[in-house]
Amino acid sequence: MKSLVRLRVNGIAREDAVPDNLLLLDYLRETLYLTGTKQGCDGGECGACTVLVDGKPRLSCLTLTAAVAGREVETIESLARNGRLSRLQQAFHEKLGAQCGYCTPGMIMAAEGLLRKNASPSVAEIRAALAGNLCRCTGYVKIVESVQAACAPPNGVTRT
Amino acid sequence: MNPFKHKGAGQRIPLVDGIEKVTGRARYTADLFAPDAYVGRIFRSPYAHGDILRLDVSEARALPGVIAIITGEACDQPYGVLPIAQNEFPLARGKVRYIGEPVAAVAAIDDATAREALKRIRLEVRELPAYFEPEAARAAGAVLLHDNRAGNLEREVHHEFGDVAAGFAAADLVREETYRCAEVVHAQMEPHAAMAAYDAERDHLTMHSVTQVPYYVHLTLARCLGMDAARIRVIKPFVGGGFGARVEVLNFEMVCGLLARAARGTVRMTLSREENFLTHRGRPQSHTRVKIGMRRDGVITACAMEMTQRGGAYGGYGIVTILYSGALLSGIYAIPAVKYDGYRVYTNTPPCGAMRGHGTVNARHAFESLLDTMAKELGLDPIEVRRRNLLRAPTETINGLKVMSYGLPQCLDAVEGASGWRDRIGRLPKGRGLGIGCSHFVSGSAKPIHFTGEPHATIILKLDFDAAITILTGAADIGQGSSTILTQAVIEVLGVDYARIRVIANDSAITPKDNGSYSSRVTFMVGNAAVQAAENLKKILVEAAARRLQAAPESINCMGEIYCVHGDSNRSASFNDVVAEALKGTGTITAKGTFTCPVEFQGGKHKGGAVGSTMGFSYTATVAEVSVDEELGTVKVEKVWSAMDCGRAINPLSVEGQVQGSVWMGMGQSLSEETRYEDGRHIDASLLEYHVPTIVESPDVEVHIVESIDPNGPFGAKEASEGALASMPAAVVAAVENAIGVRFTELPLTPERVLKVLADRKRREARRRRAEPAYEEGAA
Ligand code: FES
Ligand code: FES
Repeated sequence: MKSLVRLRVNGIAREDAVPDNLLLLDYLRETLYLTGTKQGCDGGECGACTVLVDGKPRLSCLTLTAAVAGREVETIESLARNGRLSRLQQAFHEKLGAQCGYCTPGMIMAAEGLLRKNASPSVAEIRAALAGNLCRCTGYVKIVESVQAACAPPNGVTRT
Repeated sequence: MNPFKHKGAGQRIPLVDGIEKVTGRARYTADLFAPDAYVGRIFRSPYAHGDILRLDVSEARALPGVIAIITGEACDQPYGVLPIAQNEFPLARGKVRYIGEPVAAVAAIDDATAREALKRIRLEVRELPAYFEPEAARAAGAVLLHDNRAGNLEREVHHEFGDVAAGFAAADLVREETYRCAEVVHAQMEPHAAMAAYDAERDHLTMHSVTQVPYYVHLTLARCLGMDAARIRVIKPFVGGGFGARVEVLNFEMVCGLLARAARGTVRMTLSREENFLTHRGRPQSHTRVKIGMRRDGVITACAMEMTQRGGAYGGYGIVTILYSGALLSGIYAIPAVKYDGYRVYTNTPPCGAMRGHGTVNARHAFESLLDTMAKELGLDPIEVRRRNLLRAPTETINGLKVMSYGLPQCLDAVEGASGWRDRIGRLPKGRGLGIGCSHFVSGSAKPIHFTGEPHATIILKLDFDAAITILTGAADIGQGSSTILTQAVIEVLGVDYARIRVIANDSAITPKDNGSYSSRVTFMVGNAAVQAAENLKKILVEAAARRLQAAPESINCMGEIYCVHGDSNRSASFNDVVAEALKGTGTITAKGTFTCPVEFQGGKHKGGAVGSTMGFSYTATVAEVSVDEELGTVKVEKVWSAMDCGRAINPLSVEGQVQGSVWMGMGQSLSEETRYEDGRHIDASLLEYHVPTIVESPDVEVHIVESIDPNGPFGAKEASEGALASMPAAVVAAVENAIGVRFTELPLTPERVLKVLADRKRREARRRRAEPAYEEGAA
């Protein structure tokens, strides 16, 4: 069964007939060709597919497209504005928060969700917010540093 | 003086392909745009061991939307990464040997159809006895997995160097212990994927895959598909980690190629996470009995090790793994006599392979652990006992390995200082402890697996009218940053701006052949080739500048973006002008560089002596600080200090990242990671069951870089991506002992294992108390 779903993805209004069992992950990747959002597991194990729904991190592999009708979905592709990296993207790039980069879109979206509700999180808060996002390359050290750098106030004082 | 020295080497620059990664623009194999691709799926054996009696795919074939179905009949060419041990087929033929082995494959118009087709495949087998542990597989009368391997032994190794008996006789203390390490797996975040496009008109095949070794994929496709290599093109897109999972050709890659040809079109395969676990190729479960002889002053007089590895159902890298474990007993400490007996056993479990720190990790863990135990018995500090056994470079080990640079002493100093070892060891509160471990690893195997007579690495630089330099390389960047390192190497020689350089990697139609990203060979070997290519290009540019400035080439100063005449700064030409001059009469310039490890570095003359041979060993010392909760049985690593001698850090940022990732992976193996089987069925085949540490369980890892400046590495560099891992398990286990007084000999230290050992200890103590009543009791 298909139904007509209206939603906004990265600021653009969409209206698509989607099968009722279509996962948001597959809708993004296969219908919209927004392949920045990754699949790393068989469902709910890794966080690679994290996107924002109404500004909050959500696993797109466990979300039905129909269930986000009327909502605002944001993916990694939306973060750079006018071709410039967001602060988180810049920090992940410069601090080597991304090695192979496969966990990175999910990691950055989860961190983005955190920073929107808490502009200067502690290390413990950063770790808690990213607890569902696995990375196999970095040991997370530079991921924590990247998030800290992205929210560091200009005077460079960070909370630990 | 070189005015642009260190413009390349030594710079903490971000990855040259980092922007793609943080924006989501990086395309991995599963992201490639191919709306016309069929979906490929694999039917896997539900039996651990059996003769195939009947495989019926007719019902599946009849399903509308199924385009092609293939079985073991599609390919009768065995393959395997080692030319001497090829015993695997893309799809099983005659027998199945583990649960999850590919038996048939379907290409269909969509995923639902492909999955439905799999349900309609019927496999009948005559079940055979199956063996899930080496003891059972080796028992007398066990059915053979492979007819030509008696006792189900893939390989036994018996090496003895120096006078082992005399060494033990000269010791004041001889101790022996067995250490067990569970099987672990890479669990790279990008699941396996491949896409093959078959052009039926031309009989050409284009393969995109997640591989670390595009060249081997190319060769093996040619072999398994019976196609001329010239009709095949292999491209590696962005790859989401490897850690050794992809250093050999994997069955699904061949299956994808075969399916595409059968479907006469494009087939995409994306494997589920569960299928990734079944494809496996991880680090084998090992039982290691190690014996060390030591003088009272801590000097090691001899070492003997017996290692048994549960190899799984097929050969893969197995022979190399079992050889590495013995070979790398040498090359880190001065040990005058070493005996090694290795047994690699076939079992009815998914095939093991190479994983970060190939072959050395479990052996190193055993050795370092016993070293600590003996030091304690002799009242020696664990760092001190290591200092008593240091090598002096340059030297050659008893098994013929050359050590040209050796920064282990500085690594020990660095972590001793940084961790506050002297003030804190033995003074931490109960439940908190410090421990140390050391390790080393090769910077590329000095002898290639496929001996062809070609150089070990080749780089091409293309310079054209746009005055841009394109690095053409077959080196596979899998996230470790090899394209960045090659860029820095070229810039260090030429001094040009980063904006001039582009890297095109891994398209067999464009880039030169490379053996691949394994054994940490790229920085050292391909880096050296890049340096040579850049020097060759520089020669051409200096001559062009000389012509343009009407001066002798010897008088030209290359300043990177400007060339000038020595001592006459008015006579100068911009890089663009020099390039324009250089192109006159010749057009596009290509400069090539190659690198070959000289034969004297290729190891001892004994059988298997090439394994472990390298031109440069990296060294690591790691101190881990843990806290242990004896009630819950949990161990948490609170902080790690790791010092690595990588020769020269071409990119210190990248070295830090590699060391952090390595020791962290070693922590996972120490504490939580393990693949278990029940009657041959994988029971940890998801990231929920297989416990990769999360960010919450992961400590800060402070990295100290030691630069020993290797005489042969590019700018003195050696490897930095693997060696540190093997230092970690011993450090963690030692720290746990320091915290609670119990030495664990079995990894990983899951809460169940910890609680069991602690309960056993309590029982033993209680029994002892009963046997010899305490004074108070007697008095009462
Ligand atoms: S893909 Fe792994 S949690 Fe969604
Ligand atoms: S950067 Fe590779 S998985 Fe995180």
